[in-house]
Formats: sequence, structure tokens, C-alpha cells
Amino acid sequence: MAKYAFFLGCIAPLRYPGLEAATKKVMQHFGIELLDLNGASCCPAPGVFGSFDLWNWLVIAARNLSLGESLGADLTTICNGCYATLQEAWHILKEDPGKRRSVNEILSKINRTYNAKTGIKHVIEVFTNDIGIDKIKSSVKNPLEGLKVAIHYGCHFLKPRKIRGHGSSEKPHILEDIVKALGAEPIYYKEKLLCCGAGGGVRAGNLDTALEITARKLKSVKEAGADCILHPCSFCHFQFDRGQVELRERKGLEFNIPVIHLVQLIGLAVGIDPKSLGLYENEIPPTYLDKLGLG
Amino acid sequence: MSSTKPLIKINEETSDFASEIIERGAKIFPKEELKRLLTCIQCGTCYGSCPSGRITAYHVRMIMRKAQLGLKEEVLRDENLWNCTTCYTCQERCPREVETTDIIRLIRNMAFEAGYVKKPHLIVSRNFIQTGHSIPLRDEDKEKRKRVGVSEIPPTTLTFPEALKEVQTLVEATGFKEKVLKLLEEG
Repeated sequence: MAKYAFFLGCIAPLRYPGLEAATKKVMQHFGIELLDLNGASCCPAPGVFGSFDLWNWLVIAARNLSLGESLGADLTTICNGCYATLQEAWHILKEDPGKRRSVNEILSKINRTYNAKTGIKHVIEVFTNDIGIDKIKSSVKNPLEGLKVAIHYGCHFLKPRKIRGHGSSEKPHILEDIVKALGAEPIYYKEKLLCCGAGGGVRAGNLDTALEITARKLKSVKEAGADCILHPCSFCHFQFDRGQVELRERKGLEFNIPVIHLVQLIGLAVGIDPKSLGLYENEIPPTYLDKLGLG
Repeated sequence: MSSTKPLIKINEETSDFASEIIERGAKIFPKEELKRLLTCIQCGTCYGSCPSGRITAYHVRMIMRKAQLGLKEEVLRDENLWNCTTCYTCQERCPREVETTDIIRLIRNMAFEAGYVKKPHLIVSRNFIQTGHSIPLRDEDKEKRKRVGVSEIPPTTLTFPEALKEVQTLVEATGFKEKVLKLLEEG
């Protein structure tokens, strides 16, 4: 049985704990052991803390990674931002012993070391590599037939490709494969590859820019007739869900597109109760449940 | 007789600013990869791919050129620098394989240090130094946590004071805490 330490980050536990709850339930369903990563901090966010001080960013990331190494487990995460930071830090410290030494000099002040023996896997990798698409398909109890899904990959699961290693960032298909296995229909929309708008400190520092990008994306999703937007990232979840309220209040724009995380969609299809998956905890109500007869 | 003093100083192949970006960046990224900044041919693929570039005056191509030319102050003080969402589309598509997004992050590190920083970013930094998280846990979030059946407080630095102490020791050792406190004091 595969075992991971669950890296929570900030947005899931502090704003959308339904995502945390859904992950625990779904992993338990598939027999994946999830350990608490006691004492973890913010990853720290790649575009925010990475933009302020990359050295501090690398050191804090190494501490979080070292917590997993002490447990003898890779971390797993449901946030592309946390994945970006911890996967990149793992890559840097695995490849360069000199940088690892410098980081460990600082970590010695708190009696920790990180040897890059363990790292991090995105929850998508847990689904595709540890569980497998076939197993997911055979576990479906509520086929999501007729559900039109607009897939959003987010930026940092796929990019930068040279260190992520998940293939094309222009024509990815991993999430389409999962969505089809659940019986739902991935639909094409023009702005599929567009960023959610929140990253890089833009949401905190310049909300209007962030929302303008989000609106462009949501407009395209709406035009394509999607029932929901599916993504693998807590921060994109925050931006799409909370962002729709902000767009209504600030710009008078109304979208009403339900937002669902990959772990929640899989949880729904394998028969876990929608309430305990946190589907009712969003700003935008899960109208797709009625269509599926699961409301 | 008119002066022939050049408007822009081009220091042989590399401007002081470009050298500084590469040297500072080498502490984190492979230096050889960062040096590709010098090979930018101004094709504009980056700008044409940029989600912020089409709605703001954030122009990656221009920043790369200004870095090559050594226009440090002009780049650091332009607040459009903070419109990059770090989506990496420009970096992925660059035909010269310039590490544009990483270079933007490095330039932002220099801007942050020089005090060209947005208040909300300092607040996020202060949250992190005080709690280990970038955002606070509010009462309504605790209620939400209880409703979905997870512990009221997550098992992070918020539950373990000794873990928070570790993070605080590290932000002091890296110099980050001092930078943030100084900027907060300066308002």
C-alpha cells in the first residue's frame, strides 16, 4: 500500500477545508495511507515568497521536505502552488550537492537536514501511478454521464516541463483520461490553457488584473456550455470560486459556474457523500448535482 | 560641439544589471541556464503568450531587453513587474530557452530588497513570519473545518508551537524577517 505525508499548504486547510476532507476520504477509499505532516508551514508560495526572496523560499521549502524525509515518505499535495515550490526545491537540492550543503547549514540551526531522498508527488500522480486509471474506472459507482466538464490544468503542475516531466503543456491529456474514466465528458473551450489569474502574487497585489484574467477564462467556459470547471489546485479553486463573487461585486459580472477539485469529482463518482466532500462549502452552489441526480 | 556620450551604456556583452541577475540567481538556479538571458533576440513570443501582457503594461520582452541594457532602476521601480502570474508560458515557448519566469522572480527579489514592494505582499510576509501560513485562520474557517469533519485547527505550525519556532529561526537566519520588518517600518 502506497503511503504519503499529506502536505496541506494554506488555501485548502484555511479557506476550503472541504478539499482536505475530500482528499482524506478518497485516499482511504483507494487504500492509500495518508500521514499527517505535523508542523508543516506554508510551502512557501512560489510566485509570492519566491518573488520576495528566493533563498528564504528554498530554505523553508527544504524544511517542509525534511519533515517528509523524517517520516520516510514522499509528500503529496492537492495544490499546484505547493507542488511547484516543493517539486522545484526537491529538484534543485537533489541535483546540486553544493546548494544542498548551503541549505543544510541553515537547517542545522533547527537540528534538521534534508538529503533529497524523498520528495513530493502531486495527487494527480497518485491517481495515475499508484491507483491507476483502470482501478479508478472500475471503482465508479455513480457514473457522471452527461456531465460536461471544462478542464483547467493550472500552470504549475505541467510547467516548467523540464523539471516537472509530465509531458506537453500545450496539449496535456492526463485529466481528460481521468474525467472520461469517471463517465463524464471533457469539453473543449478556447481559453483552456489560460492561467486562473491568481499566481505570482497578482491576486494579493493587483486583484483587478487577476480578476480580468479569471473573467476571460470563465467567459470561455460559459460559452462552451460546461456544467462545471474541474481543476487540480487549491489556489485555482479559491480564485475561480471566490473570484466569481468578487467579479459580481466589483464588475457586475455573473457566471455561476460551479468549481470542483479533482479529488472531489473522483470522490463523487466513487460514491462518497457530496456533503462530506465539501461540495456545498463553495460560494457557487454545486448545480451539477441535480443534473446527475445526486443532489 | 555636441556631446557624444551614449544614452545607454552597454558594457561589452553583459550589462552590470544582467550580470547581477545571473550572479544572484546562481545561488538558486544553474548559472549556465540563466546566462541565456544574454541571447534574447526580442522575437516577442513571450509577450505574445502572456496573460497579463494583453491587459496591462507588463511586457516581458521589454524587461529582458532592459536587463541586457543595464536599465536596473527603471525595471525595479516599474510596478507592472508585479503583474506576472508566473504561469511560465513565456519560458516554455521561448525559442532561445531564456528562463524568463525565473529571471522575473530574480528581478522581483531585487525590487523587494530595494523597497519597491506592495503593501499586501508585506502583509502576506508578516502573516507567514507570525504564523507559518500566508493567510490567517479565522473563526469562520474553524467552523467550516468542523462542518466537513476535519480537526478544528490543522496539524501545521498552527497546532505545534515548536514547529512555528523552527520557521521563525529560519526566517531570521536567511535575513528575510529583517527585510520584511524594515519595509513594514518604512511603511
